[in-house]
Amino acid sequence: MEVLVQQLFNGLTIGSIYSLVALGLTLVYGILHIPNFAHGALYMMGGYITYTMMSVAGVHYWIAIFVSVIVVGLLGVLMERLVFHPLREAPPIHDKIAAIGVLLFLESLAQLIWGADYQSMPSPYGQVVSLFGLTVTLQRILIIVAAVLAMILLTLFLKKTFTGATIIAMSQDREGAHLVGINTRRVAMLTFMISGGLAAIAASLSSPINLVFPGMGHLVILKAFVIIILGGMGSIPGAILGGYILGFSESLGATYISNDYKDIIAFVLLVIILTVKPTGLFARGGHG
Amino acid sequence: MFLETRGLTRKFGGLVAVNQVDFAVEKGKVNAIIGPNGAGKTTFFNLISGFHPPTSGQVIFKGKDITGLPPDQVARFGIARTFQTTHLFEHSTVLDNVIIGHRLRTKSNLWDSVFRTARHKREERECREKAMEVLDFVGLTDVADKLVAGITQEEKKRAAFALALATDPEVVFLDEPAAGVNPDETDGLSELIRKMVSQGITVCLIEHKMQMVMNLADKIMVLNFGEKIAEGTPEEIMNNEDVIRAYLGGNAIA
Amino acid sequence: MTVLRNRKTSLIMALILLSILFPFIIRNNYFIHIMTISYIWMIAVYGLNLLAGYTGYLSLAHAGFFAIGAYSLGLLTVKAGINFWLALLLACIITGIIGFLIGIIALRTREHFFAIYTLCVGYIIYLVIDKWDGLTEGVRGLIGIPAPANLGPLSFQSAESQYFLVLFFLLLSIFIMYRIVYSLTGRTYLAIRNSEDLALTIGISTMKNKLVSFILSTVFAGLAGALYAGFVRFIGPDIAYINITFDLLIYLLIGGIGTLSGPVAGTLLIVWLSQYLQFLQDYRMLVFGPLLAFLIIFYPRGLAGIFHELQQKRRAKKEMAGGNGVRSRAELDVNVKENATGNEQVREGS
Repeated sequence: MEVLVQQLFNGLTIGSIYSLVALGLTLVYGILHIPNFAHGALYMMGGYITYTMMSVAGVHYWIAIFVSVIVVGLLGVLMERLVFHPLREAPPIHDKIAAIGVLLFLESLAQLIWGADYQSMPSPYGQVVSLFGLTVTLQRILIIVAAVLAMILLTLFLKKTFTGATIIAMSQDREGAHLVGINTRRVAMLTFMISGGLAAIAASLSSPINLVFPGMGHLVILKAFVIIILGGMGSIPGAILGGYILGFSESLGATYISNDYKDIIAFVLLVIILTVKPTGLFARGGHG
Repeated sequence: MFLETRGLTRKFGGLVAVNQVDFAVEKGKVNAIIGPNGAGKTTFFNLISGFHPPTSGQVIFKGKDITGLPPDQVARFGIARTFQTTHLFEHSTVLDNVIIGHRLRTKSNLWDSVFRTARHKREERECREKAMEVLDFVGLTDVADKLVAGITQEEKKRAAFALALATDPEVVFLDEPAAGVNPDETDGLSELIRKMVSQGITVCLIEHKMQMVMNLADKIMVLNFGEKIAEGTPEEIMNNEDVIRAYLGGNAIA
Repeated sequence: MTVLRNRKTSLIMALILLSILFPFIIRNNYFIHIMTISYIWMIAVYGLNLLAGYTGYLSLAHAGFFAIGAYSLGLLTVKAGINFWLALLLACIITGIIGFLIGIIALRTREHFFAIYTLCVGYIIYLVIDKWDGLTEGVRGLIGIPAPANLGPLSFQSAESQYFLVLFFLLLSIFIMYRIVYSLTGRTYLAIRNSEDLALTIGISTMKNKLVSFILSTVFAGLAGALYAGFVRFIGPDIAYINITFDLLIYLLIGGIGTLSGPVAGTLLIVWLSQYLQFLQDYRMLVFGPLLAFLIIFYPRGLAGIFHELQQKRRAKKEMAGGNGVRSRAELDVNVKENATGNEQVREGS
């Protein structure tokens, strides 16, 4: 029983990270219909920048995260401007290849700057606390709280502000949004900014319990793809829900099935989903 | 009966795109389907050509039930169609685009291709001859070696017709054949459609250009909100109260 | 036209002759080794090209199929003690069968879903090879794979003989690709790449054709993998990793996707460039990554495309000078807009 509760808690932690990453991916997909394979590289950059700000500049964890969000967000915008914008009319195979190019570049860049070694990020919240009879580190609680907070803020932004509404409008109908005078260029840039920012938050939160290394985005991005196919490409609630579903299945699978193969769960899940429904669960209709 | 639909219905979620449509395409005639935007005309085509399986109802072609067959099999029965946008490959020549149209009448497989068997040689020649023949028919022999990117919109429409004709169809469904071409060229396309009928090919078309439809069609069906509201000769349709209401009522206000 | 074809044929003949003479001119085992490896990659790149370049489906699982070919050969020779040549044949068949099983499901998906699906399949293959110690020896890797067995008087111990063996398979692969591309089958694949909806309406069974293309494409990758195993004689799970797929993709993109000469040109250029940029090895993606993005934006058909464009421009200039007919600028310009508008028709009301 205790093992189960502990694993559920772990699932909640991992799920929070997955949801944040998947959210960024799904937002970009919703607006531009690009499966951004470079999103994992943004996540990785987020981890490194927070790490560097803390270890080199010596600033506090939260300030480091803030800097990381801004830098990675801008990196996202740059990517949109330089790569995806010129390719918006190209055949669909092209943007995927370009995204892979960006991914390879960023990983190599990280290796050049920070080396191939695994770095551990110190966290000011390393202490162990007891919560409802569970022994957990404060960092894990922080991950859940901060992730949920970020998701709430994002939802409020999308639902309650005019700028947010333009993003939703554009994801539902790009042509229509353009016709009613929404600056689609600006919205695309903004979406990449948010997407990068979310990746940076996710990486900064998870790094203290994982590690920072050039390939840290690989598995995460693959799983984020599984999540947004699970939750419906472009769907925001779907990304959040899917993230937690995957988080729970993994932590339970690791305990009750096999720790070696826990990373395969997501992919087997995906293979099953796409086998049954080739357009993904909850394929989006015209009404978004 | 040549080709008919019986109670053809298609729902998308809660939306009924095509509702209980009975329609008979008359052999050797120009059949037309008109109706306001979103009336379900293209969906109706998609149901016949197999792109969507109908929710209920049947499609009967020469006494055979072809309901729900995939598009490639429908094509093999001799039912061809064109799309609103031509979908041609811009970077290759008109001829190369059309050659593949006869592929469904050939049997060469990978083996034949790699070993260049006699069958492959014969069938490749047949495809090429067929392509030249239909290009001649639609009047594009001169531009056969041009890239599609370099020909006019009207020529692209003709090339799309040629591609459909290369499949040796008995009936051709044309989705807005004259969309995006100027009035003079529209007349040219009407001429071509008549020529197709004179060669024994049945035509069924969707078109918004009323003048063209009224001049061309032998029989017209009017769809509105997925339902058939009228059917008859151009004169009958022009004087039909329901049709006038659907067109004036719906569109004048919007 | 015939003059042009003759020139092309003689160029190809010269290249083949050069590749045959290569080991006799460059009497350096290391260079011969590098060349042999490039040829192996080329075979895999041709596989990827058939699917991504000619049929329009970007598979990100090809390192996985490469590894399946390699491990099939490795395990069959090392653990089952089967003769190399039989194992080579079986490796291709096994890869093809697995390709068939994966393809029949993967090809129900389109575009992004297909890319993501195959990305995940590739990862599963990697993970299985990495974790299934009992069969594959896991991270320790599989060692002691035998070199190709003697074929009558032919022995494959020396660097030159292995070079010729791989060259033979490469030329065979190119020949098969050539025959496919310029055939009704090739035209069928191109029609599918151009528009699947249009292909369906003209009576092409897209599923059947995509599946054949997919299987063939995986068999090419499997053949390359099996040759690699027999040549390098040590394999680890790394060869199934996504980075290998990305390498193949870079070779293809730089050479020219959807062209016959692209895989050769791209692989040769990048493999040899990497040799001279040894110091860059770990960071070569700093150059190749942006290059990939740059090419796909400005020269989506790579080196072959650039070459082709130059040739056309020169021909057009000659025609202009000769005054026989005016070719419109639009004919030469590459206009991708129409392509991108995609397949909206059949979705009315969905």
